[in-house]
Amino acid sequence: MIDWLAALGRIGLEFSARLGRANLLALAMLRGLPELLRRPRLLLEQLLSVGVLTVLIIAVSGVFVGMVLGLQGHYILSRFGAEATLGVMVAASLVRELGPVVTALLFAGRAGSALAAEIGLMKATEQLSGLEMMAVNPQHRVLTPRLIAGIISMPLLAAMFSMLGIYGGWFVGVGLLGVDDGTYWAQMQSQIDWNEDIVNGVVKSAVFGVVCTWIAIFQGYDCVPTSEGVSRATTRTVVHSSLAVLGLDFVLTALMFN
Amino acid sequence: MSKTRQIEILVGAFMAAGFVALFFLAMQVSNLGTVNSGDSYKVKARFDNIGGLKVKSPVTMAGVEVGRVLDIYYDAKDFRAVAVLGIYSQFDAIPDDTFAKILTAGLLGEQYVGLDPGGSDNVLKDGGEIAVTQSALVLEEVIGQFIYGKAQEGAK
Repeated sequence: MIDWLAALGRIGLEFSARLGRANLLALAMLRGLPELLRRPRLLLEQLLSVGVLTVLIIAVSGVFVGMVLGLQGHYILSRFGAEATLGVMVAASLVRELGPVVTALLFAGRAGSALAAEIGLMKATEQLSGLEMMAVNPQHRVLTPRLIAGIISMPLLAAMFSMLGIYGGWFVGVGLLGVDDGTYWAQMQSQIDWNEDIVNGVVKSAVFGVVCTWIAIFQGYDCVPTSEGVSRATTRTVVHSSLAVLGLDFVLTALMFN
Repeated sequence: MSKTRQIEILVGAFMAAGFVALFFLAMQVSNLGTVNSGDSYKVKARFDNIGGLKVKSPVTMAGVEVGRVLDIYYDAKDFRAVAVLGIYSQFDAIPDDTFAKILTAGLLGEQYVGLDPGGSDNVLKDGGEIAVTQSALVLEEVIGQFIYGKAQEGAK
């Protein structure tokens, strides 16, 4: 019984300690911002590996999610004779929910796991300590550019996802199922609001960008420096990011869309 | 071509594609491209019942959108609803005896305000009021009247 209590206490303490370390790390990374402004090249390299290389998977899944939405939406809407609102349905669900959330989940799987593994291996092979030996702050030099790259990339990726999804829905709805082209766009334009729907979607994806990259970097930086520790950090990154994204999505939706 | 140059080009293309996507969402998907964000003047219209009319519902004239509903509130003094209509300034020659009614787009569609122009020479100005209005059609009332009418017929 006492052992059980002790185990529970240990879990609680470990959790709080990890949360505290994650916050300290975030502060340390933010302090590296002025240094990053002097070396924009570092950010550029990270934008390539975090953003550009994620485009392909985002683009492909965006198109397919949009096409499935077009098919399913048409199937249900045509029962009520409301195929004309297909565009609204596709655009609203993409811009408000699926765009930010699916992008964040894919981002956690594609870029987050890579970030965690990279930083974890850097720690395991003592490259981070090496930097420190050369009087270079590894948090500023290695971590800050990655965080900022993630925060910049995510809203752009989510916007691409939504755009391609809307075209995917258009391809299926207008091209294959015979919804009128003009109605598809006109209904969408009259129902989707810039501030209410799109800006809120962008805010959502920016928040997800912060959370996903932060979790990935922290898991990598905080991992046990062994091959097993790195693999566990990668797994944790994907699991924790996905859970955080889904949980936060509910909170953000409740806050922003009432 | 050096390695960094390649990276720069790729990242540039990525950023550009992202901003194009955002621009597309703004112009093609949302109402930002179509909304007449220019000046509008306010006109009040009092209705006995506004039904499902909402803020931002369109105001049309002969089917063409000439404005949007800016605000809806309840006037406790005369127990009626007041809809503040924002009419785009280029439509500045609407007669002041114009007739405003709440219509429904489609059988179960959203509701909007339709304006029927009157014959007066005076035009509506900012802060003006539309005197003649017709309330929204509430389905229950219509059905109620229909049943009442049938019952009256049966009694004769």
